[in-house]
Amino acid sequence: MTATFVGMPAFPEAARAALADTQLRQNLTHATGTIRAKRASVVGEVAEWEELRLAGAAIKDNTLHRLDEHLLTLEAALVERGAVVHWARDADEACRIVAEVAKSHSIDEVVKVKSMATQEIGLNEVLAEHGIAAWETDLAELIVQLGDDLPSHILVPAIHRNRAEIREIFRDRMGEVGRPAPDDLSDEPAELAGAARLHLRQKFLNAKMAVSGANFAVAETGTLVVVESEGNGRMCLTLPEVLVSVVGIEKLVPTWADLDVFLQLLPRSSTGERMNPYTSTWAGVTPGDGPQEVHVVLLDNGRTRALADEVGRQALRCIRCSACLNVCPVYERTGGHAYGSVYPGPIGAILNPLLKGTGVDEQTDSLPYASTLCGACFEACPVRIDIPEVLVHLRSKVVDAHRDQRPKSEALAMRAAGWAFGDARRLDLAEKVSGVAGRVAGRLSRRSLPGGRSAVSRLPWPGSRWSDARDLPAPPPESFRAWWRRTRGGNEEER
Amino acid sequence: MSAREEILGAVRRALGDADRAEQPVPRGYRDATAPEGVVDLFADRVEHYRATVTRCSADEVEQAVRAALGGAGKVVVPEGLPFHVEGATVDAGLTAKELDAMDAVVTTATAGVAITGTIVLDHGPGQGRRMLSLVPDMHVCVVREDQVVAGVPDAVARLDPVRPQTWISGPSATSDIELNRVEGVHGPRTLNVVVVAPSG
Repeated sequence: MTATFVGMPAFPEAARAALADTQLRQNLTHATGTIRAKRASVVGEVAEWEELRLAGAAIKDNTLHRLDEHLLTLEAALVERGAVVHWARDADEACRIVAEVAKSHSIDEVVKVKSMATQEIGLNEVLAEHGIAAWETDLAELIVQLGDDLPSHILVPAIHRNRAEIREIFRDRMGEVGRPAPDDLSDEPAELAGAARLHLRQKFLNAKMAVSGANFAVAETGTLVVVESEGNGRMCLTLPEVLVSVVGIEKLVPTWADLDVFLQLLPRSSTGERMNPYTSTWAGVTPGDGPQEVHVVLLDNGRTRALADEVGRQALRCIRCSACLNVCPVYERTGGHAYGSVYPGPIGAILNPLLKGTGVDEQTDSLPYASTLCGACFEACPVRIDIPEVLVHLRSKVVDAHRDQRPKSEALAMRAAGWAFGDARRLDLAEKVSGVAGRVAGRLSRRSLPGGRSAVSRLPWPGSRWSDARDLPAPPPESFRAWWRRTRGGNEEER
Repeated sequence: MSAREEILGAVRRALGDADRAEQPVPRGYRDATAPEGVVDLFADRVEHYRATVTRCSADEVEQAVRAALGGAGKVVVPEGLPFHVEGATVDAGLTAKELDAMDAVVTTATAGVAITGTIVLDHGPGQGRRMLSLVPDMHVCVVREDQVVAGVPDAVARLDPVRPQTWISGPSATSDIELNRVEGVHGPRTLNVVVVAPSG
């Protein structure tokens, strides 16, 4: 895979390109519409849904507030059950650990369960540098990998592809890396799934090592949990001799009993099902059943940075369900690639800056602005992450990070406004100028806003940079203060 | 400093003087009234995933299993199955490739979850190693009525977290093509569940 998010342009630029792709918009509208309806119907079945959300948020907060203790408990439980525990400060360290495990067994091919953590650290690319081929086995990940493409959704990384495109990718590429797609492959989803079954079965039966993530890690018992649909996860977790699981340190829950909340919240929020087809749990090594060498890599990679942010740390509750993507009006129109990260959508707009820090690169700094702050994401979030609150908080951090630099036009405009508002005479003058501008604009404008007020759709430069993506209500011909003086507060109305 | 020490140190610094007091977790959901007729609901919900369900009494199990196997020729069973499956191979450490040549597997389960239509295997006697119920294309799973609980919390409460578990809700499926559910990817494409009523 050569495709990479590295060097992606900032969100506004990437979004402009995405919006021009009508096929993409059609695919996304269809897919997000379908999943929204499914989610709404199965969430509506659960009378205790709001209580489950509160419980999910409280369990995760309690875990994060004592994360050091829970990590040590998890480590001890895993070791007791025969697993090898590794700690990785960053992506490089985590990738190196996985590569070393493979090399110690002279393994040059691994099968992978879909995992956001391994996407985040760019594991496949690093393994390739070490001469180790990593095969994605989730259907959507396979589509992305074979298409030399990038994921655009947390749950369905190939959501931007329709069935006809998938058929083409399978026919063109499967033969290069293994069993080719059948000659008469149609674009029926069942046939496409059947082609993936045949192609990957070969790989599962021969695999010596698998790499997974984990949806949950139970500190008390060392139990890891993988939630999936296709059975590729079960194949990877069961058939190979060696299993390495890369687990973000925020994936912990304190006790096994706590899973009774998350195994209700996750499937209904994620695929909109009462339960996903398969959930696998395992604690270390089970003699005679499954991999006899089990490694767990506990990954930081920015999570402690996010934890240090008092407002932002709630983002670490995230269980990667992707409900916030499916309800987001911005995501539905731009798709996931515009966010330039494996974590797109509303959660990506907060998680990326929290993991990487603000003021580091322009692309990451653009993400907190990739939102209308409508709040649909918070309503949908099964662990009640107040994404709009964190977005606003991160916007202020982005502004703060750039204070000592050459001020942006927005800051200059704000400064000018501050100067005008600071003095009554200056404000009078500004209002007169804006009144004249408003009369001219009102006459020239061909666009009106809801309520009938006329709007300016394009300002001259430098205002054009603002009006490119927004309609500006035409300034009123008369200011409130001027009206008040003229009519004595409405007492001598409209003489 | 080791990565372990560094990460733990970073966690402690990040929490600084955060209030570490335990917040109460609302647990009212555990006392939700169980729906009437959990076994009927279980059967409905399993069928909703396009699995088949057969109901039978304890002395009809062997017959029901044979019917559920349909025309499957090569059948494998785990050790400790509490009933006999005519002509089946008993698993004694078959390799994945050998299992791939089998048409069907018959196992028992450890729990059924009515609301979600889920069967849970903890891979004890009668359930076999994890790969046994995974590689063959058809899975016939026998669940006793007294193993069926109402919801996920009831199942979690009775399961042992140290044993490997597989929660199965319908046949293998994917929603990865235009978000429509399609049955039949890597796991067994046919799931036939036999629900056994207590004898007498």
